[in-house]
Amino acid sequence: MAFRPVSISTKPGISAAVTVAALILTALLAVLGRAEFTSGLGPADWSAIRFTILQAVISAVVSTLLAVPVARALARRRFRGRGLLVTLLGAPFILPVIVAVLGLLAVFGRAGWLNAGLAQVGLEPVSIYGLHGVVLAHVFFNLPLATRLLLQAWQTVPAERFRLAAQMSLTPYAVFRSIEVPLLRQILPGTAALVFVICLTSFAVALTLGGGPRATTVELAIYQAFRFDFDLSRAALLSLVQLGIAGGTAAAALWIIPTISIGGGFDRSLHRWDGQVGVQQVLDVLFIGLTTAFLLLPLVAVVTRGVAGFAKTPLAVWHAAGVSIIVALFSIAVLLAIALPMAGWIATRPRGGSEAVGLLGLAASPLTIGTGWFILINPVVDPFALALPVTALVNAFMALPFVLRIIVPPMRDTVQVYGRLTQTLGMGGWSLWRWVILPRLRPQIGFAAGLTGALSMGDLGVIALFASPDTATLPLQMYRLMGAYRMDAAAGAALILLALSLGIFWVFDKGGRWHAQA
Amino acid sequence: MKYLTLAAATLLATSASAEPPQLVVYTYDSFVADWGPGPVIEAAFEAECDCDLKFVGMGDGAALLARLKLEGARSDADVVLGLDTSLVAAAKDTGLFAPAKVTADYDLPVTWADDTFVPYDWGYFAFVHDKKLTAPKNFRELADSDLKIVIQDPRSSTPGLGLLMWVKDAYGDEAPAIWEGLADNIVTVTKGWSEAYGLFLEGEADMVLSYTTSPAYHLIAEKDETKAAAIFDEGHYMQIEVAGKLAATDQPELADKFMQFMVSDAAQSVLPTTNWMYPAVAPAAGLPEGFDQLVEPEKALLVPNDAVPALRDEALAEWLSALSQ
Repeated sequence: MAFRPVSISTKPGISAAVTVAALILTALLAVLGRAEFTSGLGPADWSAIRFTILQAVISAVVSTLLAVPVARALARRRFRGRGLLVTLLGAPFILPVIVAVLGLLAVFGRAGWLNAGLAQVGLEPVSIYGLHGVVLAHVFFNLPLATRLLLQAWQTVPAERFRLAAQMSLTPYAVFRSIEVPLLRQILPGTAALVFVICLTSFAVALTLGGGPRATTVELAIYQAFRFDFDLSRAALLSLVQLGIAGGTAAAALWIIPTISIGGGFDRSLHRWDGQVGVQQVLDVLFIGLTTAFLLLPLVAVVTRGVAGFAKTPLAVWHAAGVSIIVALFSIAVLLAIALPMAGWIATRPRGGSEAVGLLGLAASPLTIGTGWFILINPVVDPFALALPVTALVNAFMALPFVLRIIVPPMRDTVQVYGRLTQTLGMGGWSLWRWVILPRLRPQIGFAAGLTGALSMGDLGVIALFASPDTATLPLQMYRLMGAYRMDAAAGAALILLALSLGIFWVFDKGGRWHAQA
Repeated sequence: MKYLTLAAATLLATSASAEPPQLVVYTYDSFVADWGPGPVIEAAFEAECDCDLKFVGMGDGAALLARLKLEGARSDADVVLGLDTSLVAAAKDTGLFAPAKVTADYDLPVTWADDTFVPYDWGYFAFVHDKKLTAPKNFRELADSDLKIVIQDPRSSTPGLGLLMWVKDAYGDEAPAIWEGLADNIVTVTKGWSEAYGLFLEGEADMVLSYTTSPAYHLIAEKDETKAAAIFDEGHYMQIEVAGKLAATDQPELADKFMQFMVSDAAQSVLPTTNWMYPAVAPAAGLPEGFDQLVEPEKALLVPNDAVPALRDEALAEWLSALSQ
């Protein structure tokens, strides 16, 4: 056995990772098993693959790079409403796709506020439809996530570092070079890889804002193979391609992350002396202001419409909301049971490539996982009976890569900084988790649990294959309302969904930061 | 513990045998919603059948068929409700369906000759717009205009596929030219009907692909008279929604009874204002108020069921190449 800096038992982590990989790969194999091999990939599939990678790369690069100044500004400013803003940053990410798209269009669409404003001053309208529209929407979804991940990293920097920098009167550039660049090297590749994989599986957003079949993604081709052609071999093949691209990118990105430690501190309360005046302050205010406007205006549109339609929301929506909350809580429990041991295992490995296992759940098309599991489960048990556990498991899988990205870096730090001490003390097993890891990672675990709960609330995913009429979730009811012309009532349901998702997110996130200055 | 389980199982089995027979009907999602036709029809049928009618909703028509193919003969379903004319040939090919024993005096613009599937409602595809707009008279006029439209992707949506067949049926070999002409009118293509209709109501486009019956919803449910459907002189493509009995059903008689019920007055009078489609059999009391204000196309278009699959693939290839440039 190679040197292990801390005595975290790796067995539970490895078993969790193997279980995740096995459950996803068996789903793929089940689909392949039912397929008759009729067709390979055609030219249309290849152009879908090209477009998918192109939009995902641009979206990932733009989202991650923009997140750097925003997170930096948020990390060194304290202002009224900052906590609320940080919570609201989670909102775009957890909105059901169609709600977010309608919100974006209210601002940037042909009849949106932006074009209304341009017309006022006599300028030509701009069109959101095209590759730039796809990227805009993906940045809307992912910039907040990337910002939160970076902000989280910034907050792991010991207060002593900034105190020392202030005592030495380092210029903002010097602070950036000496403290922030090493931090970014550790956090940016993983964040970019995560955003890339999210955008890789985009379908409705890419199609709607891409303006037509030019914007066909692999996920749409998978959907078509399942639904339009019922060509399981093509569906499985395309899923494999998607998995390959995601897995390769993720493994590469995670592998290049250097295993440097930011270093430990005395957990003093964080105070920043640098960049509080002058150009830096103006820049920070600008970045925070612009991001807030970009992210919140579409949300304002969603809320305004929701308030107007709230009275028309039928009772069934509240029942569905109850179901969704239960599913979300289940998902959080399942997720923590998988993610914590996995993070413990990954953190003790010299390189982070194994974290790519966590991305499988996000990269494999939910339709493929759902169909695969359905093929396996259907002969044995009534799929409806398993609707709740299956949904919770899939939601947990979808959230797993985010959660690992949130938990692994601080876990790695904890392991490196406290490794020797805990080994000297002979600490291991439960007492190590109880006294060292869990208390130090509490904010991250809270954030991760909140994100999982919120994601799970807004997800439609595989529920469609397993849901019986009584287990309809809130997003499903919202789609049903839209499908029955009741756009107002659907907007009301979307508002409830937004409020509940943010509520769950806030409760857990806040719980994690209770009595902590983060 | 073992005995307890056994006892419980026995108890359950006894109570199950005393219960009325269960009929499982797979249908699309919007049918089973609280505000859809499902709950009303369930109550009305259960009142006369001495059975338990269980609707199971999933996605749309295409999702239903995919689900049946996955389940094969093992399916719990006795009846499938909600396939449409573009899926009938593919559904028959599965060999999973049995001929229905249903008689009805259909009120359809075309003659229905299929013995397996029972039509229960239907509609014409059409572009819906605000009444203030002077609508084009056909696809060529639309292509020449500056009007903006939102349509659905035929690969993921039933109306999208309907539009594809509409243009192909009306124009044949000229269809690619029509699509090329329409390319600059199409704001965007959406995954499903809801997205497209939502975009239209948001003001993103002048017209949206929907049904001639869509204005009836706004008129009856919202007292909103501002929406209209544009009538095209090429004729309008039809969508007929059908029900079919699974060959492997364990309740064949009950299944026939249910399908007969679906074309009876009790069900047909409910459909117009819950499913927002025309009933397949004229209700005794006539159509609900508001439906009389709808415009009626002069010509109905429908590709024969058997010809759909081949034509569909050809038309899709043309559509993709015309709009991908």
